[in-house]
Amino acid sequence: MTDKARDAILQRLRNRQPGFDTPSQRVAIETPSWPMEARIAQFKSMLESVRAEVHVVEPENWTDCLKTLVAEKQINNLLYAKQGPLAEAIEAAWGDTLLPELVCDERPVDEWKEEIFFQTDAAVTSARAAIAETGSLVLWPDAFEPRTWSLVPPVHFVIVDGEKLYNTFAEVVEAEQWARQMPTNALLVSGPSKSADIQQTLAYGVHGPTELIVILKASS
Amino acid sequence: MQQRVDFHSRIEQALGNPQLKASLRSAMDGLMANRKACFPDADALEALRLRGAQIRANALSKLPQLLLQLEQRCTQNGIRVHWAESVDEANGIVLGIMREHQAELLIKGKSMVSEEMDLNRFLEAQGIECLESDLGEYILQLAGEPPSHIVAPAIHKTRQDIARLFKEKFPDIPYSDDVDTLTRNARGILRKKFYAASAGLSGVNFAVAESGTLCLVENEGNGRMCTTVPPVHIAVTGIEKVVEKLAHVPPLLKLLTRSATGQHITTYFNMISGPRRTGEKDGPKEVHLVLLDNGRSRIYEDNELVNTLRCIRCGACMNHCPIYTRIGGHAYGTTIPGPIGSILEPQKAGLDNLGELPVASTLCGACAEVCPVRIPIPTLLNRLRYERIRSDHDGATHGQGSGRTRKEAAIWKAWSWLHRSPVRYRLALTLATRLRKILPLGLGPWTRVRKPPRIAAKNLHRRAREEGFNDR
Repeated sequence: MTDKARDAILQRLRNRQPGFDTPSQRVAIETPSWPMEARIAQFKSMLESVRAEVHVVEPENWTDCLKTLVAEKQINNLLYAKQGPLAEAIEAAWGDTLLPELVCDERPVDEWKEEIFFQTDAAVTSARAAIAETGSLVLWPDAFEPRTWSLVPPVHFVIVDGEKLYNTFAEVVEAEQWARQMPTNALLVSGPSKSADIQQTLAYGVHGPTELIVILKASS
Repeated sequence: MQQRVDFHSRIEQALGNPQLKASLRSAMDGLMANRKACFPDADALEALRLRGAQIRANALSKLPQLLLQLEQRCTQNGIRVHWAESVDEANGIVLGIMREHQAELLIKGKSMVSEEMDLNRFLEAQGIECLESDLGEYILQLAGEPPSHIVAPAIHKTRQDIARLFKEKFPDIPYSDDVDTLTRNARGILRKKFYAASAGLSGVNFAVAESGTLCLVENEGNGRMCTTVPPVHIAVTGIEKVVEKLAHVPPLLKLLTRSATGQHITTYFNMISGPRRTGEKDGPKEVHLVLLDNGRSRIYEDNELVNTLRCIRCGACMNHCPIYTRIGGHAYGTTIPGPIGSILEPQKAGLDNLGELPVASTLCGACAEVCPVRIPIPTLLNRLRYERIRSDHDGATHGQGSGRTRKEAAIWKAWSWLHRSPVRYRLALTLATRLRKILPLGLGPWTRVRKPPRIAAKNLHRRAREEGFNDR
């Protein structure tokens, strides 16, 4: 059925006479380009406007910041990627028994779905890059930091490197040549999950994380 | 005729509902203000709209090639591509996938194409449960109603309506009309469903041909859930949603979220380019893409009407429409309401079915002014009005000429005959002034609610002559 449909649809589309009214003027789109300090300020204010937390810290201090935050938020267990880019620093910094238990399950998520859905308080992942204009994190989930980690636990901590803070989405797509190497899933995350479906009133934490906490590593 | 009667009675009903009017007014005012705040620089906005229009028109101009490229790239990435000429075929494809996996629960992200397909009713008749997971759509599914707005589906409901609905459907959960509590309750109920569902369905905002990427815009995380957690993901989309390059996505995304709700960006922008790869720990094991035609290729035949297909479904035209704001989405009786619906739906269903919709417009032009891809909606509304009464049977639109009446045709013929000759014209005017007391002055619906204009005792020519103007 689908092949027949395919041929019929394509045939109909090809039958039309060319003669499109395509607007052809050249358009100059102004794109912002901020110096680093302003870029960070923009990133922070955009994310904070949608109730995300942003902590800008010296690169070597990010684990201290994470430790303080997990303690403050009384998190019982924290999902992290044992083979991911943050593992070494997290494991070195932990040690303290008062901190939440570090958990990592390297099996396919299907095999421990119940734990991640109903027993995991928080997850920490890295971000590939970030975007100042819209206050967005660029995530490319992979075998170490799977897709559900940034989605299912109620609290999501993201560690992002200030050097990877781009001005705009267009800039990151071009600079990193995404078109040639798209992963199975690429994401922009710009705040905690939200909805205004009930009487236009904003509510946070609908299906994804209720809290999004960003630690941006940047040297002053 | 049935349609006409339904449309008019739905309008009467909507206009007679003060609560609906008040919620629509305040919601639309909010959405308009938010959009405006997001586009502070008028020149930058115009440049961006032009860019958006170019990107969409470019994609349409290469539509057959781009669809083939999309199919090829998706297939390389491991996505299975299906083509459907009609809603029935598309429903059949989804059912086939569900049966193949013995799947009993389909959890759905927001998809207007699935509304177009009436997929929920179809699958439920086959014994498969469909569950909407977008908060607004979920509320409407509980209420047994269709969406009334394409971006904010439950915009016609108050939080008290929703609280009562939850109490009725979930008597064990204590009553609350607090928005945060209602949201938290829905989260709890739906989380278990995401956990259990054997397949997830989503729409597609942009399908990128060069990389075989399906883009999804959302705020709640339900779109991510539906496309990540269940072992099978089915994406349904119209064939017009394709764009050529990944670099075309950022400007369209910017236009879409800002035009729709005045957000600089939505919480999640999800780009899916394939199922779980070897070594990956989650994500669906199968991804299917259903490409639906359902009349789109016919719209594509006409060089002017093809611009209907540029639409990126932001809903700005309805937010700014004085008609939509007064009658709401349900009155239109179509999947897509508002100005864009009034040009799109009659072309799909035929002017003989929905020919009244293009007439239900003041042609004020607000929709075209805000459209992020510059669809000339009023021009197309006018064009469809013409299609509805033309009698030469030349053109692709279904139901052409269906609104033509002998009486109206005769009146315009006479009008044109009168105006072609100065002698006839003056004679007619003089006659009209003489017979002004006995001429019928009812002008249909216009004079039902307005005082009919009186014909003056002396026409302008005569008064000018009397004032001493030379007639030659």
